[in-house]
Amino acid sequence: MTILGVGVLKGLGVTLKTFLETYPWGRVLLRAVGIPSANGLVTIQYPDERQQHSERFRYFPFLVYDKTPDDLRCVSCKICEQECPPACIHIVGPAKDEQGRPLKAHGRTYPVKFDIDMAICMSCRICVDVCPFDAIEMDNQYEFASPDRFGRLVFDKQQLLKSAEYFKQIKPSEAAEVDARLAAKQAKTAPPAKPAVPPNPSSA
Amino acid sequence: MSQTELDAKLLEVNLGPQHPSTHGVFRMNVTLDGETIVKLKPVVGYLHRNHEQIGERATYIASFPFTDRLDYFCAMSNNFGLALAIEKLGGIAVSERGEYLRVIMAELTRLLNHAAVTGFLLNDMGAFGTPLLYAFREREKILDLFEAASGSRMMCNYVRPGGVRQDVPPGWLDQARRLVEEFPRFLDEFEALLTENEIIRQRTQRVGILPKELAVNASATGPLLRGSGVNYDIRKVDGYSIYPRFSFKVPLGTVGDVYDRYYVRILEMRESLKILQQALKEINDASPAISPKGLALVKAPRTFRPPKGEAYGRIEAPKGELGFYLVSDGTPQPYRYHIRAPSFINLTILEDMCLGQKVADAIIILGSIDIVMGEVDR
Amino acid sequence: MLPPLEEIKTTLEQLLPGVTLAVEGIALLVDAKDLTAVCRCLKDNERFGLDYLADLTAVDYPPDRMDAVYHLYSMAQRHGPLTLKVKLPRTNPVVASVTPIWRGAEFQEREAYDLYGVAFEGHPDLRRILMWEGFEGHPMRKDYVVEDQDA
Repeated sequence: MTILGVGVLKGLGVTLKTFLETYPWGRVLLRAVGIPSANGLVTIQYPDERQQHSERFRYFPFLVYDKTPDDLRCVSCKICEQECPPACIHIVGPAKDEQGRPLKAHGRTYPVKFDIDMAICMSCRICVDVCPFDAIEMDNQYEFASPDRFGRLVFDKQQLLKSAEYFKQIKPSEAAEVDARLAAKQAKTAPPAKPAVPPNPSSA
Repeated sequence: MSQTELDAKLLEVNLGPQHPSTHGVFRMNVTLDGETIVKLKPVVGYLHRNHEQIGERATYIASFPFTDRLDYFCAMSNNFGLALAIEKLGGIAVSERGEYLRVIMAELTRLLNHAAVTGFLLNDMGAFGTPLLYAFREREKILDLFEAASGSRMMCNYVRPGGVRQDVPPGWLDQARRLVEEFPRFLDEFEALLTENEIIRQRTQRVGILPKELAVNASATGPLLRGSGVNYDIRKVDGYSIYPRFSFKVPLGTVGDVYDRYYVRILEMRESLKILQQALKEINDASPAISPKGLALVKAPRTFRPPKGEAYGRIEAPKGELGFYLVSDGTPQPYRYHIRAPSFINLTILEDMCLGQKVADAIIILGSIDIVMGEVDR
Repeated sequence: MLPPLEEIKTTLEQLLPGVTLAVEGIALLVDAKDLTAVCRCLKDNERFGLDYLADLTAVDYPPDRMDAVYHLYSMAQRHGPLTLKVKLPRTNPVVASVTPIWRGAEFQEREAYDLYGVAFEGHPDLRRILMWEGFEGHPMRKDYVVEDQDA
């Protein structure tokens, strides 16, 4: 037989302890009576303070370029467009000249248009998983509020382009992995003798 | 008294669809005699987005991010369920480390779900804020772990057929071990706050009783079923993944009331901690996080064309049996993709539990079932 | 343990004279007219004891076939699953409701009715559940045309 009210008092003890833990003097008091206590303050003041996100934190995707913005890794293969679960990627390309031959920049084909509708994107990272060229990566910027529901949330190629340096900065270990992979690929495919191969028109 | 006079005493009330106690957009069409419930019809579908049809148009892999949004508290275990069904369908082997990571993630999900749902239940009872925020404080720590591993706090999209998408970052396992070490202290505090509290006992004991036979007959699963004393935990019964390697108990209720369901959840959290301790001790660093076939699937989802046939894969999700029924016709997309959602089917029995109880009891009975509308409506 | 499918088939045929079953893949095919008898037997007979209907759904095979699929387990004897299938005509599919046998079928049958248009005879409250009242068509059927595909 328990005394009525003891359970309630015990619960109030817990709330009192939690209350005290949020103040420095409260923690001193708790330690003085022999109760171990940690900092109970867990909230942050958002626009003034920001949460530290882990390296893998992902939000929206961006396109990686190597040195100059026209040296983007994307070759316009459209695999990400096909695999994107909510179908938010729209690609026009690869760029072609008047005769219908693919144009190349830095030895690669490139997309004419590359739009991602951020209002639809669900940040699933499948585009990054399927990209064979490591051309698309996940950004960790998350403040994209816009007063306009449709126009400004469709990001075009210019808005999506970000440098490989930036990628290295936000995700150092992932970038290192990607760089190692790209270096290994280059060592395998690039012929050692002639560095500049003229663009090869598709066989008739 | 004539029939019309009797009827005049009855009052029809809509609880919801936009009411904080209904856990989302859920409506209960309640007929009352005074304050006593004589009829209750749940009305669902406000969040319906035809998830199954989206799944039939997408590749098997592209369905994973959508499953995150079923029961948005338990993204990891939803992924796990679909991965199991696909493995069964396509005969994909799972890497050893992948198995451990999946079990660790699924049990962490159970911890955060049970903590949060207990908080919500107390919220419904009128203990506004305090227990819920204590639970959310702990949940936040688990979400930090999820973010470090998968990149997203809630929409994890992490488990894949054959293992997990990426290995966890260095130091993650130690962080998880620390969490598992500290979590019992929170549970003790939580129990000191709630379990013996006389007001909570008065409010929950012998309310919303679900008899054993009815629970089985109505396909109730999860803590709702075990609160009624039926010993049926799919982790034990099917022994899927590597659960047979761990020693843990299945806590059972005796009466089948709201209090039993609450207490079963608390005990389940303690058992989950036991599994986590064992898994975090045994996990070995040598093998990759995903099997070669699984990795090929992650890189090229369209190459996966399972042979014609069908598979029903199920797991013990925090809310009950989560089943995925897949029919393949040999194309990269499933021919039929059906989800057996535990929240949805557990609602079948809501009316029976509420009849003869008061309106305020209906709210806490609903809270004790533990539903998430994303999963009910799909 | 649940006996193999062939054995279940012969046992059931012995127990229920006049009922013929077939095995297709991992499923047991039941005629629509025999469904109630077969289900009652599976639930009540000690040899099966399938007291738990885990999952009920339909699968659409245009142009003329519609399947109702049932996954049964036993909670008491901890075995299963047994997959039952009922082949129905695609136009006007009607099958007996199993809600009187397993209460758990109530919402699942309503869902199959809503999304596939399978009518369950004897269901206590067969209404749409996920779509709204007055909605036309059955959105999970393979020939359902989605409006605003590019919205």
